[in-house]
Amino acid sequence: MIVAQRKPLDQIEAMLAGFEKILIVGCGTCVAVCMAGGEKEVELLAAQLRMKAKLEGKPRTVDEITITRQCDKEYLDQLARFVAEYDVILSAGCGAGVQFLAERYDDKLVLPALNTLFIGVAEGPGTWSQRCTACSECILDQTGGICPMTICAKNLLNGPCGGTNHGKCEVDGEKDCAWTLIYRRLEKLGRLDLLEKIQAPKNYAAMAKPGRYSHEAFQQADTQE
Amino acid sequence: MVAAFPESFVRKNFVVTAEVGPPKGTDIAQLIHHIELLKDKVDGLNVTDNQSSVMRISSLAICRVILDHGGEPILQLTCRDRNRLALQSELLSAWVLGIKSVLCLTGDYVSVGDHPQAKPVFDLDSVQLLQTVALLNQGKDLSGNDLSGKTDFFAGAVVTPEADPIEPQMLKFRKKLAAGARFIQTQAIYDLDKFREFMARVPRDGVKIMAGIVLLTSAGMAKYMNKNVPGIFVPDHLIQELSQAEKGKAIEVGIRIAGRMIRELRDKKLCDGVHVMAIGKEDRVPDILKAAQ
Amino acid sequence: MSENQPAQPAESFEPKVVALCCTYCAYTAGDLAGSMRLEYAPNVRIVKILCTGKVDAILLLRAFEDGADAVYVAGCALGDCHFQEGNLRAIQTVAHAKKLLAEVGLEPERLEFFHVPASAGPLFAQRANEMTDRARKLGPNLLRRSARQPAGGKLAKPPDAHPPLPQAKLGRLVHQADRTDVSTGGPAAPGDLPTGVQA
Repeated sequence: MIVAQRKPLDQIEAMLAGFEKILIVGCGTCVAVCMAGGEKEVELLAAQLRMKAKLEGKPRTVDEITITRQCDKEYLDQLARFVAEYDVILSAGCGAGVQFLAERYDDKLVLPALNTLFIGVAEGPGTWSQRCTACSECILDQTGGICPMTICAKNLLNGPCGGTNHGKCEVDGEKDCAWTLIYRRLEKLGRLDLLEKIQAPKNYAAMAKPGRYSHEAFQQADTQE
Repeated sequence: MVAAFPESFVRKNFVVTAEVGPPKGTDIAQLIHHIELLKDKVDGLNVTDNQSSVMRISSLAICRVILDHGGEPILQLTCRDRNRLALQSELLSAWVLGIKSVLCLTGDYVSVGDHPQAKPVFDLDSVQLLQTVALLNQGKDLSGNDLSGKTDFFAGAVVTPEADPIEPQMLKFRKKLAAGARFIQTQAIYDLDKFREFMARVPRDGVKIMAGIVLLTSAGMAKYMNKNVPGIFVPDHLIQELSQAEKGKAIEVGIRIAGRMIRELRDKKLCDGVHVMAIGKEDRVPDILKAAQ
Repeated sequence: MSENQPAQPAESFEPKVVALCCTYCAYTAGDLAGSMRLEYAPNVRIVKILCTGKVDAILLLRAFEDGADAVYVAGCALGDCHFQEGNLRAIQTVAHAKKLLAEVGLEPERLEFFHVPASAGPLFAQRANEMTDRARKLGPNLLRRSARQPAGGKLAKPPDAHPPLPQAKLGRLVHQADRTDVSTGGPAAPGDLPTGVQA
């Protein structure tokens, strides 16, 4: 899922300077799971913003609403009857959600309460780590299910590099060397043959931004009358 | 006409190269002094490429400076800072400027250098870069286009004989050879027995292997490298030897150690040559070579 | 050092301290302190909770928003939690809440977690005194001026006969008033900093 982290409060305060009526919009999907922008986190943030305003003698009202997701128009539509009353919207969604909200309610300033980090998994309560770079050409079949584009800091396709250090990466001694992991995994699976071939340079055209994808089931098809 | 460096493997039994690092700035007076000092004592002079991710003059420019002073340059090219267009362009530029040998490296990550917020490129890795050199040598670029004039680079790569685990390293070594590496300069070695074992398991056909020799200037430096540099292991007895030196004279012991290793590598025919690295102490390289006689 | 609040009678500041005590250890210790007739600061309001693991950061922030000068969470000793890891969760929650308070501009020292085993009657009294003292030294929580009620011992509203089950409230707007005002008092105007005591 998408993993995000709430911005430090002073950054959010700086964005809200001069605004009085604030609506915090939470998201009940990815960012709720990683405890950054779900209903509970929105409640916490609202409490903090109210307390800060009161301590500094600033007039401020903070209301809260959490919708299922901010990346689907149907859920954003639910905000239509509220949005007009507020000076500013603070979205606790991921970058995609903030933008979609801003697009939908383009006469209101929409601010991001989160920093979107990566596509990742939960290692345990409270810790998430990146697994996928969305590179559009998955080669996990050839690397034993370990992604060199993501786990290798240098995204090498023919690794490891000379910086590999007892299975750890030279960039961060806490991080594992992707290619040592790949080697060990394929060794365990008895498929080291997959590493014999030289991988060709990555096709970065597949990752051109901004990406756009239409499902085959929704293509226009010619029909005969 | 074959360049002096590749040709030296034909003429001699044991080839010696050294290394210079470009300055961080435009003042190349010191650099020129080192070039003049070393150019006639070695068969090739590597020029590092933003080594350790610290921004410096490019290897390309300094290789040309070496040629201007009558030396034999070896271009070091890393994948960290340039995408495949820039890499191919740099290679064509090098050829046109008279540089005929290139060492293809992945490159350190940006975080270890002085611009840690830079965008790391790594569009290609060292194996793909070697393949690219091979393509340019055939008059083609990576997209399959024909070139108006081709290169004939003598391409090399790096290997770490004491990598742990060693198997992924050996796998990559074989890929580098398959991709066109014709010479290897290894990461620094200090244990000749381990090196001998390493040399026994590597393919020797079609490739010249040069052992990397890094000058130790003190016991402290040796311990630092053991702790911080992957793949380098200075054995205890050498650290002992260094720490027993008189105050301020540890570097002389380091020179003696380096000379001793080179002598043994050469006399016992353990490899095809040595690559001497004395970063910050380039002016002592002649002493190392003398100690090796 | 302590500010006199305009609407309150002129007296030196008496801190209001909230103690969230777990049933199995800290509250039992509190009981014991009572049986032993130990005297400790009367400023401490004890809230009995089943396990400190139940404490959520919002509960702690809410206490300060409502004007508490100090809050502490008292739980079992390490390894003794009746619910296995509740106290471990609480320690992390308190640490997180301290950071959130610091972000807001309140002193994180106003919040603390203590281990208070069931048999530690004197320790219970000691912690109560310690936090009251801390609150006294730090001065009053300035948010009390705008808190929804004077915390004079009267409940804001009668307790629910049947506490509502948690419900997903996706798509329902929650006004600030719902969070900060008692149903009897009516919504406060935005930006209002009431100096008087609410009825």
